Amino acid sequence: MAHISEAGVKKINEICDRYAGEKTPLMMILSDIQNEYGYIPLEVQQIVSKKTGISVAEIYGVVTFYSFFSLEPKGKYVIGCCLGTACYVKGAQQIIDKFSEILGIKPGETTKDGLFTLDALRCIGACGIAPAVTINGKVYPKMTVDSVAGVVEEYRAMGGAN
Amino acid sequence: MATVNIKIEGVSYQVEAGLTILEAAKKCGYEIPSLCAFNHGECSNGSCRVCLVEVKGARGLVASCVYPVNEGMEISISSPRAAEARRASVELLLSNHNKDCQQCDKNGQCELLHVASVTGAREGRYQGTKTPVTIDQLTPSIIRDTSKCILCGRCVARCQNAHGMGILGFENRGFQTIVAPAENRSFADSPCILCGQCVSVCPTGALMEKSEIGKVDAAMKAGKHVVVQTAPAVRAALGEEFGMPVGTAVTGKMVAALKRLGFAKVYDTNFAADLTIMEEGTELLGRIQNGGVLPMITSCSPGWVNYAEYNYGDLLDHLSSCKSPHQMQGAILKSYYAEKNGIDPKDIFVVSIMPCTAKKDEKERSQMERDGIKDVDAVLTTRELAKMIKRAGILFTRLPDEEFDQDLMGTYTGAGVIFGVTGGVMEAALRTVYYVLTGKEHDAIAFEAVRGFEGIREASIDINGMTVNVAIAHGMKNAKVLLDDIRAGKSKYHFIEIMGCPGGCIAGGGQPIVRSCFLPHEDDDILDTYKEKRAKALYSEDERQTLRQSHKNPQIQKLYDEFLGKPNSHKAHELLHTTYAARVGFND
Repeated sequence: MAHISEAGVKKINEICDRYAGEKTPLMMILSDIQNEYGYIPLEVQQIVSKKTGISVAEIYGVVTFYSFFSLEPKGKYVIGCCLGTACYVKGAQQIIDKFSEILGIKPGETTKDGLFTLDALRCIGACGIAPAVTINGKVYPKMTVDSVAGVVEEYRAMGGAN
Repeated sequence: MATVNIKIEGVSYQVEAGLTILEAAKKCGYEIPSLCAFNHGECSNGSCRVCLVEVKGARGLVASCVYPVNEGMEISISSPRAAEARRASVELLLSNHNKDCQQCDKNGQCELLHVASVTGAREGRYQGTKTPVTIDQLTPSIIRDTSKCILCGRCVARCQNAHGMGILGFENRGFQTIVAPAENRSFADSPCILCGQCVSVCPTGALMEKSEIGKVDAAMKAGKHVVVQTAPAVRAALGEEFGMPVGTAVTGKMVAALKRLGFAKVYDTNFAADLTIMEEGTELLGRIQNGGVLPMITSCSPGWVNYAEYNYGDLLDHLSSCKSPHQMQGAILKSYYAEKNGIDPKDIFVVSIMPCTAKKDEKERSQMERDGIKDVDAVLTTRELAKMIKRAGILFTRLPDEEFDQDLMGTYTGAGVIFGVTGGVMEAALRTVYYVLTGKEHDAIAFEAVRGFEGIREASIDINGMTVNVAIAHGMKNAKVLLDDIRAGKSKYHFIEIMGCPGGCIAGGGQPIVRSCFLPHEDDDILDTYKEKRAKALYSEDERQTLRQSHKNPQIQKLYDEFLGKPNSHKAHELLHTTYAARVGFND
């Protein structure tokens, strides 16, 4: 557990405490950690395990089951391309392929500069505006292959600035 | 008891309310094939879909292992629709299974093959890709082979129930799902204690002990002086592998078989159990009289020792420094025995037959050797011994009863025999400690208070005006309660016995597996009763012994007179005692 600072351990314990009264707190704890840090490595899972008594294997199982959770640090901008049925028939595959081509990464990967992560999502419930893309929660409706480059540029322009 | 009326194949039955269809059907005389369901809901995910039956009025077929019976329910197991679905479920499992059945160590006791046969599944109807395979054979104890895993979850449940540890869990999702320690690590890189409880519930060959039969063969071929010793619990279960009723003590036949397998000497680890009592009892008295670290905790169970090193590194001073009995016996074989017989210790090859997978790992510990010579060279589980006996064509049930070799370390007392059951080490120690402190034997010999299968038991025994408080725990979930008390400074005990496996060694991870489907002559509830039956076999052997206290063993007395001096002497420490070190669970 050498990689996590004392303050980090304290923070994770604090997050666990938020749900101390809950019967099944794990999803909420992991959700908060994912939002706070952007990923949930094994060292963090061990801290959660110690605090909650839930086994590391079970926590790891939950983290690897839900695609919302990540074991690796995610990029500053997480691009989620919906590949649900409606989006798919409206050409979502070509859109995610275009993102892949421009960013030089496969779905699930993060660019070397840490700016972008590309995720393939299952139906996000926005079928009316298919094909849909989300970037850090902002929804881009009715995406086209031609608009992909512009969207990427928009975020590149913001760069690492907060 | 509330009951409900149900019908199976049109015949009316009255059954206990709240049972699943699977359990109720069993009581009515039906065995519905099932894989993920195990032992009254210890595991029942309803995930394997092998137990599907038809229920009148239900929307589809139902998984009988999770579906409760209710009033007026009409069930059909034989309906062609249900039978066809069960067969399809098994065929789907087989389509993602590594079907090298003839080379599989589980051959003959594989539940997947059993249900395939029962449901009439034929290979090849479904073909497709297979889940990526991991084979972990890094520990000396257990092999995990995901190509044979059917994701039933029994091992996950057992690790959690027995130990509260949950080393194994489901990882990833969909077709990529595997059962593994976190990160699909090896057991070696996780805080697994190698007890083998997961092995004892696995329906297939996905979790197996790492066989050392080959090592024994090689030693014999190389002309080594191969000596074998058997743990007490082995005799209480070995017969099951040959169709004998659960709970049959097969001491004499086991010895006869070992002699026919070509071992130079056949000894009983009970001798060293007596030796352990002398050393451990003396250590305990020393700690009590000299203000040493209390409570003292037994150290016979290597699963427990592993757990302590991973989780209670701050409490290791509480563990007795005694090696476990088979390691002691190995050390004596390669010193005293070697000297007496004029054999170079390097030429002696010690084989331990153990009910345990953790012992395979224990013998590899660096603390378990002297001058580069290991105390014990190979550890075989009870199951592996059965395989060797079958391989040699020995008809076990027809063997005569023979006796252990009697020279040097052939005698043992009843106290040694009961080491194999939870509470046994405690009882054996009390018999001797009582004698040492009072100068007379305890009237009852048996200390009933420490017997039984409650997860945690305690007793206070008055010895010469001093009250000795003792406790017993088996399974790490129970041990944790006592350990947390020690850590908090609240423990009132002088002496604690901890065994890794629930029930003690009789239900160890290396013992014959107990399954109703392979034991047609046993009662339906054999999974509930087998521990008691095996324990009874040991307690009866104790009662039959003329010597029942370790300190009365004449060969032990002679060993001290001729070789060790006295208990806890310098020489005894060198040969019979060990050290522990805290370990990190998930090392990088």
